[in-house]
Amino acid sequence: MNHGRRILWTRVAFIAGLVGLLEALCRLHVIKPLTMIAPSQMVQELIALAWSGELAEPALQTFIEVGASFLFSVTVGGALGAVVHALPRVRRTLDPLLASWYAVPFFVFYPLLVALLGLNVLPLIAIGVVFATPAMMLSTLAGLDRVPRVMHKVARVHRLSQLQEVRLITLPSAAPHLFTGLKLSFAYSFIGIIAGEFILSGGGLGYGISYAYESFETPKMYALMLFVLLIALVANGVLHVWDRRLARRRGLA
Amino acid sequence: MPTRKAADAHAVLRGVTRIYPGGTPVHALGPIDLDLAQGEFFSVVGPSGCGKSTLLDVLSGLSPPTEGSVSFEGKTVAGQVPEGIGVVFQEDASLPWLTVRDNVAFGLRHAGTDSAEVDRRVSYAIGFMGLQDFTGAYPSQLSGGMRQRVCIARTLVLQPRLILLDEPFGALDQQTRLLMGDELLRLWRETDATVLLITHALDEAALLSDRVGVMSARPGRFIDLVETSWARERDSRIVSDPAFGTVTGRLWAALRPESMKAIGRPQP
Repeated sequence: MNHGRRILWTRVAFIAGLVGLLEALCRLHVIKPLTMIAPSQMVQELIALAWSGELAEPALQTFIEVGASFLFSVTVGGALGAVVHALPRVRRTLDPLLASWYAVPFFVFYPLLVALLGLNVLPLIAIGVVFATPAMMLSTLAGLDRVPRVMHKVARVHRLSQLQEVRLITLPSAAPHLFTGLKLSFAYSFIGIIAGEFILSGGGLGYGISYAYESFETPKMYALMLFVLLIALVANGVLHVWDRRLARRRGLA
Repeated sequence: MPTRKAADAHAVLRGVTRIYPGGTPVHALGPIDLDLAQGEFFSVVGPSGCGKSTLLDVLSGLSPPTEGSVSFEGKTVAGQVPEGIGVVFQEDASLPWLTVRDNVAFGLRHAGTDSAEVDRRVSYAIGFMGLQDFTGAYPSQLSGGMRQRVCIARTLVLQPRLILLDEPFGALDQQTRLLMGDELLRLWRETDATVLLITHALDEAALLSDRVGVMSARPGRFIDLVETSWARERDSRIVSDPAFGTVTGRLWAALRPESMKAIGRPQP
């Protein structure tokens, strides 16, 4: 077994151990059922929710919101990053704003967003976008900053057009940072949307968890939490595999 | 200064200066006149910051001269790197996301060369540079010297008629540099290209070149031209020739006062 695989199995064993411990504590009533249900019950409850069709609507709403926020953030954040990179004066002006971006509690602007965009999913998507766009923008800036100057000379020596230079030199060269931007944008979109639904919305998985909590539907609440956790794990896993593939293409994995 | 007005001048610089604009404009180079003869191996040595790399940028078309003119094969070099000029940089310019083979093929593929020809030329260049066991490797899996060989191979496949090298062996140890120098001489003989090598190593310049131009401290001008008179068939064993010491001694005699100036200690 190679080193990487050994680490993977150690990680899996650690998580399985924690889940097993939680299962035992719940089954032995060390943790009371009103506080938390056993992981196996969470799975059963989640399957039941999915089977009944009750999960489909909130899940679809959340997926659409996260997807829209992610796509918008990546596109706009990437484009803004490229534009700001080309305009050093604008960048000097924006740098302190971007650095303190995540210190602003954007949820307080929800009423304003509702007034501007209406009482629908758009204000929530906007919150996701506000969270995720700067991450993509900063990653794009970092990626473009780190394209070695000699790469631009290589492009000129090979008489590449500007578009060819972007496609064949700049983007591949900046790819690791752009990929980090994708990962962060997804994470921030997801967190922003779920948190927004939890606090402000009348639909989606976040709202479902909040509603179940307030109406003492503990099993349903944990099932939905497990589902959110699984989505995060699967998305992170997919991005991780993609990241490793990218690294392997550079001989780094 | 070091102008050999040969009838077969391959590249010509006339009154070339380069001033970098800004709050305090920096006069980096010139005025410089230079005629590179077809098939000649010309090296440039000079103190740090004297404008050697600027000279290469101007000659290749990567940077425009502030004054003067540059021509290659009778055509003015302006705005872009002309077809027929290949450049090897001091920094690692291998493309980390491509394998050795794809790195070497990069220029040919984007020049629209047909795939059979790409395969033929790439295989030759890879074999020539001794990289045949590493075709599927990525640059991160290679040593600095091998990455530089990849870059040279990438230039070689384009069959340039003028090869410009900007301190290509600067990051390598002495033994590897000597051996890479031999490879470079072999490449020069086989391709019959004109070569301009920028280097800070006097022994490298003396070993490899037909002529060596010695530059002054900034703004760089040629202050001496040393002809080596080596046979075309030569390699690194020439370092044991007594004439080698004479050449390097002459280069250092010309360069020492300029190097002193460059570090702020001009000779009285």
